[in-house]
Order: sequence, then structure tokens, then C-alpha cells
Amino acid sequence: MTEVSRPPEPGSPDAPLVDLDGTLYASGSQVRTMPGAPTDLAPELTDSALAHESGLELKARSQWAYARSRFFRHRLAMGSLVVLIAVLLCGAFAGHIASYSYDAIDLNNINAGPTTTAHHYFGTDQLGRDYFSRVLYGIRTSARVAFFVSILSTILGTLVGSFAGYFGGWLDNLLMRFTDLILTLPPLAVLLVAAARLGNGTINLGLFHLGQEYRVALILALLFWTGIARVVRGLFLSLREKEYVEAAKASGSGDVRIIFRHMLPNSMGPIIVNMTLVTAGAILTESALSFLGFGIKPPTAALGNLIAQGETQMQTQWWLVVFPGLTIVIIVMCINFIGDGLRDALDPTQRRIRA
Amino acid sequence: MPEPVLSIRDLAVHFTTDDGVVRAVDGVTYDVYPGETLGIVGESGSGKSVSTMSILGLIPQPPGKVVSGEAMFQGRDLLKLSKKELRRVRGNSMAIVFQDPMTSLNPVLKIGFQLGETIKAHHGSEKDDEVKDHVIQLLRTVGIPQPERRFEQYPHEFSGGMRQRAMIAMAIANQPALLIADEPTTALDVTIQAQILEVLKTAQDETHAATILITHDLGLIAEMADRVIVMYAGKIVELGDVNTIFAAPRHPYTIGLMESLPRLTADEDWLRPIPGQPPSLINRPPGCPFHPRCFLSQGRARCREEEPPLRPIHAGGTGVHLSACHFAEELEGATSKLAEPTVAEGVT
Amino acid sequence: MVTYIIRRLLYSIPVLFVSSFLIFTFVATTTDPLEAAKMQPNVNKAAIALVQKENHLDKPIIERYGYWVQDAFTHDFGKTILGSRPILPDMLNRLKVTLQLIIAAEVLTLLLAIAVGVYSAVRQYSIFDYSMTTLSFLGLAIPVFWLGLILQIIFVNIFNKWGVRIFYTSGLDNVDPGTGLHFLIQRIQHLVLPVFTLATISIAGYSRFMRASMLEVINADYIRTARAKGLIERRVVLKHAFRNALIPLMTLAAIDFGTLFGGTVITETVYGLPGMGRYFIDALSGGETYVIMAWLMVTSVMVVFFNLVADVVLGFLDPRIRLD
Repeated sequence: MTEVSRPPEPGSPDAPLVDLDGTLYASGSQVRTMPGAPTDLAPELTDSALAHESGLELKARSQWAYARSRFFRHRLAMGSLVVLIAVLLCGAFAGHIASYSYDAIDLNNINAGPTTTAHHYFGTDQLGRDYFSRVLYGIRTSARVAFFVSILSTILGTLVGSFAGYFGGWLDNLLMRFTDLILTLPPLAVLLVAAARLGNGTINLGLFHLGQEYRVALILALLFWTGIARVVRGLFLSLREKEYVEAAKASGSGDVRIIFRHMLPNSMGPIIVNMTLVTAGAILTESALSFLGFGIKPPTAALGNLIAQGETQMQTQWWLVVFPGLTIVIIVMCINFIGDGLRDALDPTQRRIRA
Repeated sequence: MPEPVLSIRDLAVHFTTDDGVVRAVDGVTYDVYPGETLGIVGESGSGKSVSTMSILGLIPQPPGKVVSGEAMFQGRDLLKLSKKELRRVRGNSMAIVFQDPMTSLNPVLKIGFQLGETIKAHHGSEKDDEVKDHVIQLLRTVGIPQPERRFEQYPHEFSGGMRQRAMIAMAIANQPALLIADEPTTALDVTIQAQILEVLKTAQDETHAATILITHDLGLIAEMADRVIVMYAGKIVELGDVNTIFAAPRHPYTIGLMESLPRLTADEDWLRPIPGQPPSLINRPPGCPFHPRCFLSQGRARCREEEPPLRPIHAGGTGVHLSACHFAEELEGATSKLAEPTVAEGVT
Repeated sequence: MVTYIIRRLLYSIPVLFVSSFLIFTFVATTTDPLEAAKMQPNVNKAAIALVQKENHLDKPIIERYGYWVQDAFTHDFGKTILGSRPILPDMLNRLKVTLQLIIAAEVLTLLLAIAVGVYSAVRQYSIFDYSMTTLSFLGLAIPVFWLGLILQIIFVNIFNKWGVRIFYTSGLDNVDPGTGLHFLIQRIQHLVLPVFTLATISIAGYSRFMRASMLEVINADYIRTARAKGLIERRVVLKHAFRNALIPLMTLAAIDFGTLFGGTVITETVYGLPGMGRYFIDALSGGETYVIMAWLMVTSVMVVFFNLVADVVLGFLDPRIRLD
């Protein structure tokens, strides 16, 4: 999406359709064969000794090395990564950074605007609770939810998507029908129904006692995995026809080995990019659910429910709404920029964006 | 010699990329004479397409840029024309047949519309029904059956061969003086290729247009071209009469190209590929661009250090024969294995 | 084409049935409309049992689903469990409001997104392109409800400070809405902010999508052909590139329609609009199983309908798609 900053990548739809490709990128993994442009006059001989001898420099860089260097060159993505890490660290060490606990009451400073006195940088509410501290704790909650959602839905989506794409058959049918079904229903409404009633409070797994953020994350993951599954299914459908998969099959590799050793590594780019999209989506959706009162509930601070609590007095105490919201905007923007940089780096041919 | 239709002098085209400046075309000079077919042959990336597309302003700019040169066409330098003037040349007095007919026609517009548009772009005064008659006449010329019905159809209702016929009809719609065919048969089935060549010949006869035939297919050159230019790494390495080039090639690269093709008249166990890869056009090695792969060079210092000029060669045969090899004379007596009446791939 | 539409509609019937059954099972097992009542010590058990019996709440799910289908067809989705209000009339009133919101938002989205996307692509790397890219990233990162609140803060404060009423920030009409032109103007003043709030995220997303789609098309072989024919650039862009680039956008817009209905839940809550979204939230809080069911069904039918409209539009745009 921000190819704006640079000339187009080879292999992208933006790349010039000229006669250069064979030569330009013959040195790496970026050889793009134009449809119908035979290269039979350029018999490929990747004999590095020969190349060295001839004074031609052949840089044998792996696909990942290419991706890494492309990502590091993406200034916006790198900047966003720094900002995001800073914000997340603030959330992680909220207990050390915040001057107050998230529910501590400072009756000397009620409804105070953003000020440096008594360290109420983001102001206080009608009980004198410090919003800077509450936002820091909110970041922690929201980040936990988003992290859990992205991990869970990526694993589930990748598994289902790869098996559906590879084997086809009933699993594929089931997945596609399920997707059809989801598409006829407003996703937010389904989530709300689920969130409204699927057990209020915490999850108790004997030894593990998980907070309500995990319950919310679980519900979100149940919706988000389908997106990843569809992407992975599409990738696998096309990879299935590739020669190296045929070759692996012909040499007697088992299905599971082919999926995990041959096809999955070649799908990692889009999967990672989609994972960032899921993470951003999860933060936005969690905040919406919490705002509506069906997600993370007080007293646990989450960015969405902080805004909901501030809403009643927002005309005068605007800071109660503005700062938690700005935090969401910054986090989501950073994730999207990173995702964009990753897309450019890992998967230059893909231009699809989340809408 | 008659006046050339198109006269290109010292053309250089650069592309700016992340990794540096790619010198796609690097000082190319040639003429095209009326009525002749000039073949330009070379592998992908040799600059053969860019050298013609750039003079019509059809390379993406940026990253592409014509950095120097002159392209005289009908008394004007195309490289100095305004966008508007250049647009009036395109599709009018100079037209192109592209490589892939499957993607070169707009999928959402009717064939008749797309052809008619070409005419109207340059003859705005023509009435709609005149244009339609004209288009149907064109479709008939290129051998499309039932042209009235085909006029109303979309590209996806055409087969590959039929689409390429339509592309040729589009190219000759305004009686061009010069026709550029950029790999016109590459994307087609072998059985269709011969038919399209016939159509191309018909089109040439109808319009008396000079033709530049860009291809990697030596067989096609042998079949169609009068003169040949061999390009390598953005430069012309050999130029000459088609018979001369095939009978007495005087550049090691040309010989290499021919050696790497199969011959149907003899048993061959092994094709001889050219070793190595084309050089990077960004960090071009000094000296002759071909020397790292050359069987003649054999580590000679001159090949490494001094860039060979394109110079006249006397190898018998008719017309001008140029080669860019320091040691072209050492190839004296070399004949290509394709010298005998040729049957090469792609042409039946 | 008519046969295509009929076939599509017929095909959607089993989909709606299956989804209604799954949703019913899900909703009915997780919601209990009498939960609140049961907590109250002064409500007597017999009354609760009576309500349960009247609404078949004591029967197995399959049977309840049967009753619900019967109600849906013969009694317009039946009545609410508490208060016995007929559901369909309420719902239709609210649907009117929501459709105004959604259609206005969709029109705004498509117009703006297409214009911005095409212009950004044609002037790639220009200042306009950079600004729009930045704006759209912002648009994609703003939570819808927060945008609504911020707009409310801004416009309420403008009103409080200068006494200028540019847009209303809550409700659908004034207490005294007036008639004719007055009515129309005050209605528009009420709807501008909600429509903008609902549309922002789609405008941001779709304009990026349209830009990418346009860039892809502009590098296509057939655009090179169009230029090689000597067409003027404006014609190349508008006649040859634009129509091709529009096809993926329309597909996306169709798929996304359900999301827009979901978006109204947030927008209507923030702006206090008496539409479908608010109705849904109220039903959800009240545990009104049958209202939730009816809501999901009506929205599904809407989504199916608008998908069909999009298909027909696509059929006109792309001759390769044959609607039969």
C-alpha cells in the first residue's frame, strides 16, 4: 500500500512490463517469467564458480534475506515498529511506569484536565482516577486480547485452510459453505450475540485461571480465523499445482510432510501479513465490543470501556474520550504500517488490502 | 539506397530501479527502409523491445527514460515530439502488434468498438457507419470469418489466433508506414503461428508498410526478415542481410544463438547452450559485454578492457554487414549450422 | 437474466434456512429472556412458568425452532417475550431509518472512494496521492464509535460556543420536525454525521483498493494497446482502465454489505438513532431471543438482496460474467 515511497517492486503489478525482468533479477529468487516469454535463449547455468570467474557478481541471497532488507528499508514500517514497541512496553510495565494504580482515587484532583501537576498527564475522571495510568493498563489488556486472537486464529485458520486447500473434498466444502454463511450475517452482530451470553467472567481451566480478556479473545478468534483460512486455502490451491509439490509427491513424500515442509514455508509471507491485519482488526473490534458493554467489563481497564466510561461527561471532560481513543488509533496505525511494510517485503505481488 | 522510413541514431534508454540505473538500451543505431522487414533478435532483456517501444513513448516513465538519441520518422524526430504529436503518430503512421493477444485486448469492450476506436482516434470526422464498414473490411482482410457477427463480440469469445488477427487488423487500420510486430507469434500454438505469419504477410502487402519484427525466434527471422539485427545487453552486436547472417555470422554471440538451436536435418545428441548468463545491466563489466561467455575471447585482455565498436565486416554476401567483435576476422570461414535451407523451431 | 435472479433467490432459501436454524440454536441456548425476572424475589414462580409455556421456552430446541418458523411465516416473526409487542412493525419502522443511513453511506463511500482511488492512481506519488494514503491509513485505524464521539464533541462545542447549529449530534428528527423542505433539511442535518461516521472506514479501505486496482489495470497489456492506438490519455483512463478497475471494487462492496449492517449497531448507538442497530442492542440486553432472530433474518435477506443487486451491476460491467 505504501509503495508510494519507492519505485515499484519487480513482480508487482506496478512493475514496468518491459523486457528487462530476466536480466534484472536473474541473480536472486526474483526471476519472474512473463507469460509466453520463453527464455530458451538464456540457458540458465547457475554455476557460481563460472560466474565468479567471469567477473559477474551473482548475489545468492535467500528470499528471507531479500525480505529482511526490503523491510528494513521501509522507513514508515520501521518507525512504526519502534513506536509500537514503545507503546507495548509502556503497557507491559504499566505497574512500574504509571504513577497510580488504575483504580486509585485521587479526591484532590477530580475531573482534572490533562496536566503535569500530580502527574495526571491524561487528566482524571469524576472519581479522580488517573487516566494516564488507566490508559497504560488498558493498553495491556487490549494488547493481550489482540495477541491471543492473532495467534489463535492464525493457527486455526492456517490448519483448516491448508488442509482444505490441499485435500479439497468435504473439508473444503464445509469451509466454503461456512464462509458463505458468515458472509450473509453481519459479523459484528454475531460477535455481539456470542459475547453477550457466552459465560460472563473468567475461564477456569483447573490450574489455569484466565481473565476475561481471554474469554473475549476466544470469541473474537472464532470469527477471525475464517479470513486467514480463506487466504491459506487460496494459496494452497495454487501451490498444489506447482512443480516442486508434484516432485515431492512423485518422490513419495507423505501429505503431511508436503504440507508442512514444502507448501507452508512458501505461504508464510501472506500468512504473516494477514496476521498483522487480524491483530489490528482484533484491537478495533475488542474496543468496539467493550465500548458497547459486551467485551471487557469494568473494573478491568480496556481502551474501549475507558471511552464508554468517559462518554457521559465527554462534552466537558473531553480528555476522558480523546486519549484512550488516540492510543487505539496509534496502535492500529502502527500495526497497519508494519503490515504494509511486511507485505511489500514478503509478498510484493499481493496488493490486496483490508477493507 | 532509398530514404529510410525510420532512422534511429545512438538511442539510449535507462530505467531507474532500487538497485541502480539499468541501461536497457545503450547506444543503438539502425535504419528501416521502405517495404523491408527488419528482424531484431535477442534474448529477454537484450533491449530489443525497449528500443522500439521507447521511441513511441510506450515505456513506463518513470522508471524508464530516453536519455539520448534521435529517431527520425517521416522527417521528424519522434523523441522531440510533444505528447500530443507523438499520440498522433501512434496507431496511425506507426502501429504495433503485441505479443500476447490474450491480454492485449480490453476484456470489457467489443472487438468492433476497439477497432473502430483506432480509426476514430485519427480520423475523427468519419461517420459511425463508415467506421463500421471499414472495421468489417479490416476483419475480412485478416481472415476473420463472419466479420459482421464478430464485430459485436467480446475478446473472450475469440480464440487466441483470432484475437491476434484482430490485433493485426487494428495495427493496419490506418495504413501505417511502419509496422512493429513484437513477438507476434510467441504466445500462440505452433499450429496457429504459421497462419498468423501468413496474415502478417497479407497485412504487409496491403499496406506496403515497412516492418520491424522483434523476436527471439531465429526460425521466424529466417522466414520473414530481409535484414537482421542481433542485440545483446542493450547493444547491437551484429547487423546484416538475413542470408549473410545465417551463412556467415561474424559475432560469437550470433554463432552461439544458432548453435543452441536444434536442427531437424541432422541427428544431434546435445545442444550447445551459451555458457553463463547475460550480464547485469546495472554493473556492466568493462570491455565487450559478451566476453565472459565468449568462446573466442578466451581471456584475451582486449576483450576485457576495450569495448568493441560496431564495424563493417567483409564476409561476402550482399549489403552492409556490421559486427561488434574485436576478432570478427578470426571467424572467417565460420558458417552456421543453419546455413543450409532452414527448418527451425516454430516455423512449419 | 430474470432466470438468473430467480435461481439466485431460490438458492438463497436453503442458505437462509440452514443459517436460521444454526443461529436459532445458538441464540436460544445462550439467551434467557427471563433471567432478570427470575432474579427478582417478588415475581412469582407460576407467572414465570406461564410465560415460559406461552413462549414454548420449556420445549426442546428443535420444537422451538418449529414454532419460530411457524411464527415467522404466519405471525410476522411473532411477539416479544416480555410485553408481547408484535415484532415486525417495530422492525420495519427501524429498517426505514437504517436503510436511509446505509444507502447514503454506501453511495458516499463509492463516489468518494472511486474518485480518490482513480485520481491517486493516475497521479501516483503526487502530493495528493501521499495525502490520501496518509488519510486512509488514519481512517482505517480510527474506531468507528470513537470517531462518532469526537465528531459529537466538536459539533456540540461549536453550538455551545457560537450558537451555530451545523449538524445535530443525536436523534433522527427534532422534537418538532416541521414539514416539507424544513423537514428535509433538519433530517439531513441529523444524518450527515452518522453517515460520515459509518462510511469513513469503508471510504479509507475502498479508496486504497480502488487505487491498487487501478494501478494494476493501468499496467495491463490492453492499456498499452490503447495507448499504442493513439488514444488520448483521458480516454485511456476513463474508457479502458476505469471500467476494468471497477469490477473488483464492486465485488468487494457486495461481499462487505453485511459489515455495513454491523456498523450501524455502533453508529446508531452513538448517535441515538432509532434504527435496526439500536434495536438489536436493546434486544440483546433484554435477552429477546425472537427479536434477535428476526433481526438476523431481516438483515440476511437484505444482504442477499444487495448482493444480487451487485451481481447484476457486475454483469453489466463485465461481459465475461454471464447471468444465466
